Amino acid sequence: MSEIYSVNGPVITVKGKSPFAMQEMVYVGKERLIGEVISVNGLITTVQVYEVTTGLKPGDPVEGTGSPICVTLGPGILSNIFDGIQRPLREIASLTGQFISRGCEVDSLDHSRMWDVKMKVHAGDNVTGGQIYAVCPETPALEHRCLLPPGLSGCVTFAAPDGEYHVNDVVLRVRNSHGKEVDVTLMQKWPIRTPRPVSQRMPLSVPLITGQRIIDSFFPIAKGGAAAIPGGFGTGKTTTQHQLAKWCDADLIVYIGCGERGNEMTQVLQEFAELTDPRTGNKLTDRTVLIANTSNMPVAAREASIYTGITIAEYYRDMGYHVALMADSTSRWAEALREISGRLEEMPAEEGFPAYLPSRLSQFYERAGYMKTLSGGDGSISVIGAVSPQGGDFSEPVTQNTRRFIRVFWALDKSLAYARHYPAINWLTSYSEYVTDLSDWYDEHLGRDFLEYRRRIIQLLGNESRLMEIVKLIGSDVLPDDQKLVIETAKAVRIGLLQQSPFNPTDTYVPIEKQRLMMKLVLQFYDGAKRLVSKGVPVSRITERGLIDKLCRMKYDFPNDDFSAFDSLSQEMDSVFADIDSSFITA
Amino acid sequence: MNLKYVGLSSINGPLAVLDGVENVSYDEVVMIETADGGHRTGRVVSIAGSRAVIQVFEGTSGLSLYNTRTSFTGHPMEMPLSGELLGRIFNGAGKPIDGLGDIFPVKTADINGMPINPVSRVYPRNCIRTGISAIDCLSTLIRGQKLPIFSGAGLPHNELAVQIVRQAQVASEQSDNFAVVFAAMGVKNDVADYFRRSFEESGTLSRVVMFLNLSNDPIIERILTPRCALTVAEYLAFEKNMHILVVMTDMTSYCEALRELSSSNNEIPGRKGYPGYLYSDLASLYERAGIIEGSEGSVTQIPILTMPNDDITHPIPDLTGYITEGQIVLDRALHTDGVYPPISVLPSLSRLMKDGIGEGYTREDHPALANQLFASYAKVLDVRSLASVIGEDDLSPADKLYMDFGTRFENDFLRQGMFENRTLEQTLDAGWELLSILPPEELDRVDSETLAKYHKYKPV
Repeated sequence: MSEIYSVNGPVITVKGKSPFAMQEMVYVGKERLIGEVISVNGLITTVQVYEVTTGLKPGDPVEGTGSPICVTLGPGILSNIFDGIQRPLREIASLTGQFISRGCEVDSLDHSRMWDVKMKVHAGDNVTGGQIYAVCPETPALEHRCLLPPGLSGCVTFAAPDGEYHVNDVVLRVRNSHGKEVDVTLMQKWPIRTPRPVSQRMPLSVPLITGQRIIDSFFPIAKGGAAAIPGGFGTGKTTTQHQLAKWCDADLIVYIGCGERGNEMTQVLQEFAELTDPRTGNKLTDRTVLIANTSNMPVAAREASIYTGITIAEYYRDMGYHVALMADSTSRWAEALREISGRLEEMPAEEGFPAYLPSRLSQFYERAGYMKTLSGGDGSISVIGAVSPQGGDFSEPVTQNTRRFIRVFWALDKSLAYARHYPAINWLTSYSEYVTDLSDWYDEHLGRDFLEYRRRIIQLLGNESRLMEIVKLIGSDVLPDDQKLVIETAKAVRIGLLQQSPFNPTDTYVPIEKQRLMMKLVLQFYDGAKRLVSKGVPVSRITERGLIDKLCRMKYDFPNDDFSAFDSLSQEMDSVFADIDSSFITA
Repeated sequence: MNLKYVGLSSINGPLAVLDGVENVSYDEVVMIETADGGHRTGRVVSIAGSRAVIQVFEGTSGLSLYNTRTSFTGHPMEMPLSGELLGRIFNGAGKPIDGLGDIFPVKTADINGMPINPVSRVYPRNCIRTGISAIDCLSTLIRGQKLPIFSGAGLPHNELAVQIVRQAQVASEQSDNFAVVFAAMGVKNDVADYFRRSFEESGTLSRVVMFLNLSNDPIIERILTPRCALTVAEYLAFEKNMHILVVMTDMTSYCEALRELSSSNNEIPGRKGYPGYLYSDLASLYERAGIIEGSEGSVTQIPILTMPNDDITHPIPDLTGYITEGQIVLDRALHTDGVYPPISVLPSLSRLMKDGIGEGYTREDHPALANQLFASYAKVLDVRSLASVIGEDDLSPADKLYMDFGTRFENDFLRQGMFENRTLEQTLDAGWELLSILPPEELDRVDSETLAKYHKYKPV
């Protein structure tokens, strides 16, 4: 039995040549706190402890488990809320009350619950790793496809009949190539720091539709893509993440609350239980997994929570599902790395962060992707990471290094947030590199016009921003009429298209077809008005007709399921323009 | 357990090192007897083999390597708790200093507390009316929220905090259930006295628990002050079912104490010399606000911090803003203009407000009104910067309306007396009165129905 030699915050050391392997999970102290070996040499083994270390003393036992930190994968993960090392928080609450105490040993999955399993293989079949051997309904929204553990293949010697089983019941026995019989249960373990194997990485060609205009229409993310949302406090990172988790068209959401507020997790729990998925009509909780390591929970578990979440996401991806993973916030995870690194007295790089920060970030973001799974299906993980830059300054190390590994950048802007323009995504500094990859999809599903509309509106906003520089100096009255029109139209774009209210029942989720029509009408207005202005009609004659106001209110007034209102506004616009035209000539 | 170790191996700043100890655990409390018979307390901050590093709360001055006697208590720092705490005054380390004798504890609790399980939290939804328009209408305070005041040296944050305490109490329907826990960290003696007098004048002193670590008190004690205070607050809220308002001032002094401790601990500094774990440390305080299932009470926090050089990107306000559920920012320019309370409304924010206002909570028009006031006032600032370049006379007629709106917003809506307690109706109606200056087409945040019901456009 090894013994503790020193204790310093969440880091303990064991003296002497230790029996432990790197990244092995260990039990520390008499309360059996969970820890992980993070460095081994001939003299000292260092362990980070995932719980508060108060009360540990030199000489307390440290016990190895022989395996790295793992998650338990199987039915029962969905609708659940776990801490950073996959302990179910509801179970913990029933054991220790409203506060989380230490050394709580609970099973990740409920061993007493029965699952209605339908077998897909029979005795005598040859099976390979990653194959779907059985299915069971996990929630009304999702069928759980039980996967043979990767690496196991051979001949089925026993397959249980269809029926109700616990997660730890043996449902399958496989004789592997060495002639050894291996028992398979509905659950399997997988080390959190190792990506699960896939057959092949596929190109990204399908967008993740989120129902948020500034994302779908302007800065889209592909299924299997990686995006970052950086922003100072109060700019709406969490609200944006919540909106994506609610409305994006993934099959499954993994939401990691990493070092953030406890009340936010409570809010997700309560709100998602009430909301229904607009596409399937199921409760949102039925497709959601929550990983909660709030800011006051132990810092080492915060570091692990990101990996726990993405491993769970990979497991569902391997079943052939499209998973969206939200990590709020990756900066807190990076700070956890910094804190542990500081305790280990490692040489710091920029702002005290360890030099391996970029490589850890890239390892995480590279686990996103659109994959051909081992069972031959398609599955994807889209990763959306919030970044909380210190002082709202995007030049700090976490934001800068994250930018290298993501391809969509939704930059949140403090001045927009101050003016309560939400989502406060700055349209000039944000970008999406997926637009070219997705252009075929957009052309096919929404017509060739869509990307052309997008291009023209972005151009219009760029023009507006240049003109605003002048307006700030001399006021808008002195601008020529065609430039005034740009400013007026851009106002309709900002208010009508870019602003979107998460609290308005119509506006919170907008189908992409409606987004296309909204863009179309704004441009129809601009083109029609521009023709008049070029004939010498003053802009004020056009703005006084209230069309801009109507364009701004399309989002609230026009329903999401009936687009006839767009036709009538389009006709109204034409007749107003014709009216102005004729009255101007006669005048 | 009563083993006493004589002498110390070394002393460095507030840290003392002791070799040859046995059976000592991390984070346990240490009693120290000085050569002249004085008593001090400390805490084990790291232990390696038989060498323990002890942080001495009262400071190490006067300690010698030889005649010092040290004994280990075997438990972490604890706070005695009982219902009799109300009306008492403690020092920063939780020892009574009001001359009324020791506390007879019903129980004791570890001052570090334990994290609240997110599944056991109740999402806060009940608004606390403070009688201050800028807060009630635009950054509504919710019971169970942590809403800090970001201030600067010389701004009236103390007056504002006192006004909130005084008026929030009046608004509460169960006033016997309401109490204040006040933690002073590194504030001046007269500031602490101002709070004490104000509580006395409003008749709340018997419902206040005070923890005073004044600016000349030991710095290390300051690390314990908010923890003792929050332990008491949690006890009163969750076991005695009371609504507790915790006022903590000044968080900047607390963070500086933490930095001092960290540097004497030879830790690798993060930004501006503050330790890398400043975020986690602040979170371990702020996250102790909230409401939990199975208890009637609540802990609402109003931490006050003075932004060094009025810089909101400084690590202390920055990290605080990332943890707390919004912030109330005070502005020096408004203060100079004589506006009290000088709340800078645009950077101020209450994150929980959206779920605690509107129909069924305050009034149906509240969310739209607040949103519109924010948007219009943001526009005012744009117009003002334009006016400072081209002059007010050359502004367009619409922009002139905004100038007028801005002035009246600050003078009629924001400004109020220190003892002026506005009802929610008064506040909201005042908001619509202001918006009556602007024509309806400028009000793009309000839907047509609400606009028709509440907006009375009065062209000038």
